Parts: sequence; C-alpha cells; structure tokens
Amino acid sequence: MKEILWHGRGGQGVVVAAQILAEAAYLAGFKGVTSAPAFGPERRGSPVTASSRIAGEPVRTFSQIEQADVAIVLDDSLFKVVDILNRLKKEGIIIINTAAQPDQVGIEGCFEVATVDAVGIALKHHLIREGAPVFNTTILGAFARATGLVSLEHIERALEGKISRDAVARNFSTVKDAYEHTVLRQKAQS
Amino acid sequence: MSKVRIMTGNQAAAVGATLSGVQVVAAYPITPQSQLAEIMSQQIEGGKLKAEYVRVESEHSAMTVCISASTVGARVFTATSANGLLYMHEQLHWAAGARLPIVMCCVNRGVGAPWTIFNDQQDSLSQRDTGWLQIYCRNNQEILDTVIQAYRIAEKVYVPVMVCFDGFVLSHTMMPVYIPDAGAVRKFLPPYKPHTILSPEDPRNINPVLFPGRRENTEGVLCDGYMEMRYKLFAALDGARDVIIETDEAFAEAFGRRHGGMLWEYLTEDADVILTGIGSIASEATVAADLLREEGVKAGVVGIRVFRPFPKEDVRRALRKARAVVTFEKAVSYGYEGGLCSDLKAALYGTEVKAAVHGCIAGLGGRDVKARELAEAVKASLADIDDGRTEKTLWLNCFTG
Repeated sequence: MKEILWHGRGGQGVVVAAQILAEAAYLAGFKGVTSAPAFGPERRGSPVTASSRIAGEPVRTFSQIEQADVAIVLDDSLFKVVDILNRLKKEGIIIINTAAQPDQVGIEGCFEVATVDAVGIALKHHLIREGAPVFNTTILGAFARATGLVSLEHIERALEGKISRDAVARNFSTVKDAYEHTVLRQKAQS
Repeated sequence: MSKVRIMTGNQAAAVGATLSGVQVVAAYPITPQSQLAEIMSQQIEGGKLKAEYVRVESEHSAMTVCISASTVGARVFTATSANGLLYMHEQLHWAAGARLPIVMCCVNRGVGAPWTIFNDQQDSLSQRDTGWLQIYCRNNQEILDTVIQAYRIAEKVYVPVMVCFDGFVLSHTMMPVYIPDAGAVRKFLPPYKPHTILSPEDPRNINPVLFPGRRENTEGVLCDGYMEMRYKLFAALDGARDVIIETDEAFAEAFGRRHGGMLWEYLTEDADVILTGIGSIASEATVAADLLREEGVKAGVVGIRVFRPFPKEDVRRALRKARAVVTFEKAVSYGYEGGLCSDLKAALYGTEVKAAVHGCIAGLGGRDVKARELAEAVKASLADIDDGRTEKTLWLNCFTG
C-alpha cells in the first residue's frame, strides 16, 4: 500500500486533487483506494492536508497516515509552518510546486525530490479561475512522472468523470506539460 | 448494470436512499451529516428523485415529519448526528412505539459538552433503548447496501432502523463503491405497502392513551394494554434477527455482496484472542489482527454489525473457541464500562464460552485509532489475563493522570 499526504492551503483544491488521484488510481487497476481531507473545519488560506491510500486490495484502515510514501506540496511557503518531512518516510518521494530545481529547495537527507512549476504551467495555459491559477490538477502530472503509479491516460479519464469536456482539455494540457517538465532528483544523498 | 464510483460515506448513503425510492425526506443539517442532507435536497429539487423534501427548523421536527409521513403510508428517510440525534430522543421512542418503518442514518459524532464535531459513537449507542434497530457499517459499500437492506427489514418487522456510520472516518472518506442497478433494487425492495394507512376516508384513532390492563373496545374486541404493546415491540426486535440474516442473504443473491447478517468475522477460526468492535474501528482491528499474527499471536476479529437486537447467539458461536476477547468501543456508559463490553459479557454468562473479556475505550471525540495501538492493547491484555486479571477497562491512548 502506498500512502500519500497532500499539503496545501485552504482554497488550492487539495481535496479535489486527492479525489481525482483516487479515481485515476482505481482506473489504473488498484482495487483499494481511499481519499480523505484532514477531518474537521477548513479555512481559506490556512494550511490543509488530505490523504490518499492506493493498494491492490480494498483498504481496511482509515486511521491517519503517520509517515507517507509520497508527500505532495502545493505551496512551498508551507515548509516554514508545517513539518512536512517529519511525516514522510525515509527514502520517500516529495513533489513540490516550485519554480526552483530539486537541489535548490534545501531538502537534506535521502528523499527523492521532484519539482515542477505548476503555477507557471497553469498560467501558461491560461488555466485561471477567479483571478488565480488553478494548479491542483496540474500537479497530478508530476505525481504520475515521479511515482509511476498512474499514467496520464488514467488522469485524463479521472478528470472526465469530474469536470466538463472543455475543462478536461484545458486541465489535461497542464497535466501533460507538468509530466514533461517535472525535474527529478534521485536518492543521491542516501 | 452495476457500476463503480469513488464516493464518500455520505454520498453512498444518499445513493442508497435514492435507490430505495424514498418518498419523503425531512432533515436538518449538522456536521458531519450535512453533505447527506444536501445531496438528498439536490436530488429532489433537481427532479432526479420524485419525493418531497420537507424543510424543518430542528431535528425534533425532522423526526416528527418522518413519523407523520410514515403514518400515512410513505417511505421516509432522515439523517442526523450527535446532539441532533439527542434532540430527536423523544420522537425516537414515538417512532418505535408507533411501529413505523422509518430509516435514518446516524453519522456518528461525539456528543457535547464539551463540543466536538469529530467521530465517536456515544450519540447512537446512548439511544440503545429507544426501540430502534441499529446497524453499523464498516465501509462505504456497506453504507449504501445497508440503507437498502434497512427498508426491507423495517417494513417486514415494523421497527424503525438506524443505519450508523462513523463521521468523517467514513462520511468524508472516498472509496470505490458498487452502485447497484436501479431495477434490481426495485425487485429486491418493492414499493412500501403499509398494513394501515391513515386517511380521511378511513379514519382511525391510533396510539391513544392506554390503561394498564387489557380492555374491550367499542366493538367488543379485547385490545392490548400498554404492557402488551411494549411486549410486542420487544418481541419484534427479538425476532428481527432472522429477518436481518434473511435480508442479507437475499441481498447477496441479488447483488453478490453479503455483510455478515448480525456480525462479521475475520480470521476467527483458529483465533486465541478476538478483537471486537462496532463500525470502522472493527475494520481497523483486522489490520491489528494481521500485525498480531505476524508476531505469532493468533488473533481474529468479530465486527458487531447489528447492536440492537443484540447478536447474542451469534457472539456465543463466534467467540466459542477464544481464550480472550478485547472490545474496542467509541462510547462509554459512565460509571461502568463500554456498553458493548457489558452486553458481550452478559451474552456469555452461564454459557460454555469462558473467554476473559477486557474492555477498551478508544477514539472518543475523533482521537485517531491506529492498528498498531489496538495490537499493543491486545498484547497487554493477554499478559494481564495470563496473570489472572480477568476484568479490565483501559482508556486507549488517553492521558489518565
């Protein structure tokens, strides 16, 4: 079973992205998928998390993830306020939305680091809503690239189940772009 | 054709109620039930479900609307949580006493004071003696399927059914759920045909004040007194076991899924110690049993699906070979112990089953319950039992001074 923790801020679409990932993973053949927001009230702009589990068999555990296999960080300002690495397994994968390269984000230890400029990609494709770039779906491209757990095709089909055809095309173009422009740093420092 | 959708527990409950062809819904929103009430409202207002959604100002009124609509022959649905359920308390007794086949989801949440919006089961378990049948779900598939089963059970035994599932833990967690074909559901659950419909064309006086003794009515028929009416409700719940099991079997035949009838078992066949619980905590316990077996402890799980009527024959059979039982409960009877622990011990008293039973209170107000913590508690209990300590109530992962 792979456990994934999403870190973002209220309003960035963390919960929806976790849902689309669950759909994509199910389409990829994983019988056990769960996706949940951190339980409780939510506020726009405050740090929020969501969690996903992906397994071959139906998931029987619903307790909170202690140490994830994969961390997805939608907002790199969270590193200052949330101890993200503390909840990531040693040798785990961390995917960060940032214009910086993996070696520039200051992550020590034996983590696999993947960076993608999801905001830049969303802006390039004019994926903007209420004046702000939409990049929660974009980052799924980086997830596919960094983990290999789901393919681009699965993400596209999962999007089709959630949003309109026109929106699928616009979102998916950013997913593909993110897949192609994700920069990976293997566990070089282990 | 059945199809799979990834959905929350609240969505699964709403699909179950919609497929059951409910005709009247009255609900008042409360966390974590709100999404369920919202979906039912959307389904009805959007014309996808031909039913009436009655807006009410409280849970007490929601249940009153359900009682009234059920009395005139409608299939009705409502849902609530925590203090909302407690506000219904008076009407819960009425619904059961009036023998109305109402189905309600209780999205389990801890009770205030102090306030919590998070999960435990103090709300529904404290309503144990209202005369409602209570079924608990361990995942979202069970929620959908159990709502459908609940109508068939309720309309056979004329007892209202509470379908309970853990707030947030299931209500807000998405997972794959098979949606049964609507036609197949209609076949499994035909439209409700009440034995008595209250209408102006056929006026009746129902639930009048009764006297202690039996009494002849104006037509000379000897009628039940209050106590006979109460006995009939007791007998209806006592006899519901067969209907619950038959319904789960018929469901399995129609849809290929069974949920255990009164209870479900995991690796109990050779189990030395059995973990037991109600709802999602019992699912977590199956992971704990796996961990214990990796360490050489023969552990199994009994998930209590139906709490009322209590599955007394079923637990006696499931626990017959165990040396020890540890109950994990998200509720407590203040001044004693967990209610499940008490009921379980009472069911085993005087029988061949000699297992020591330890009680564990866990996860109150949403405190996370992890499989490894359950496994540790079981190992500690086994050591205590080996030392001759047959009775114990532990507050799991709780600072007790």
